[in-house]
Amino acid sequence: MGVLHITREVYEQMRAHGEETYPHECCGALLGKSTADGWQVEAAVRAGNTRTDSAHNRYQISPVELIRIEREARGRGLGIAGFYHSHPDHPAQWSQTDLAEAHWLGCCYVITAVAQGKATVTNSFLLAGATEEEKRFELEIIRIKEAPSNL
Amino acid sequence: MTIFIPTPLRPYAGGQDTVEVAAATVGESLQALTLAHPDLRNHLFTGEGKLRAFVNLYLNDEDVRYLPGKEATAVTAADTLSIIPSIAGGA
Repeated sequence: MGVLHITREVYEQMRAHGEETYPHECCGALLGKSTADGWQVEAAVRAGNTRTDSAHNRYQISPVELIRIEREARGRGLGIAGFYHSHPDHPAQWSQTDLAEAHWLGCCYVITAVAQGKATVTNSFLLAGATEEEKRFELEIIRIKEAPSNL
Repeated sequence: MTIFIPTPLRPYAGGQDTVEVAAATVGESLQALTLAHPDLRNHLFTGEGKLRAFVNLYLNDEDVRYLPGKEATAVTAADTLSIIPSIAGGA
């Protein structure tokens, strides 16, 4: 099983974002570095959800915003490790919509369930496969790196 | 001109995050890109040679699909082309 390495700070930022936007889905990008041991996520960048027509169960990040995020990542010497979004009052499990709309092969898709406004489970799924036709989600272990002062 | 390669496609572009090509139009720049990096072709185009629906192209800061000339739009050496696969989903 693959591993997603993430700092406690970024992990909590993702979850807090989902609580703030509840009952709507939040979304954002995760920046980091690719290693032999999986993605090392170092930052989260919030994004706007352009699916204002159905924000309670749909999200979309505009390409213009993604260009900005890619530019920011390049400036920080990082890549886009993946994306996160929330599922209000719904399990932290990828849906058929999530899979159909996922195209960043090799990146992680992190989902947080937000139940009655409170973040509960957070899961990470690697979009595996070499082509669009072979793509599939694979559950990853989330390994949280605690800050030295938290140890 | 400079083509910005998104993270998931970099393995198919020799690991590069940008590729420089010489081209007169957006369409020609993509041809030059896939000529230099053939493994990118299947990720960008369908078997019929059409750009995959989830691939967004931005010439500088403008969506190519909304430009009058679309992929026939002329480009200069100072222009940039960003390839951005869509991001969407939901419960």
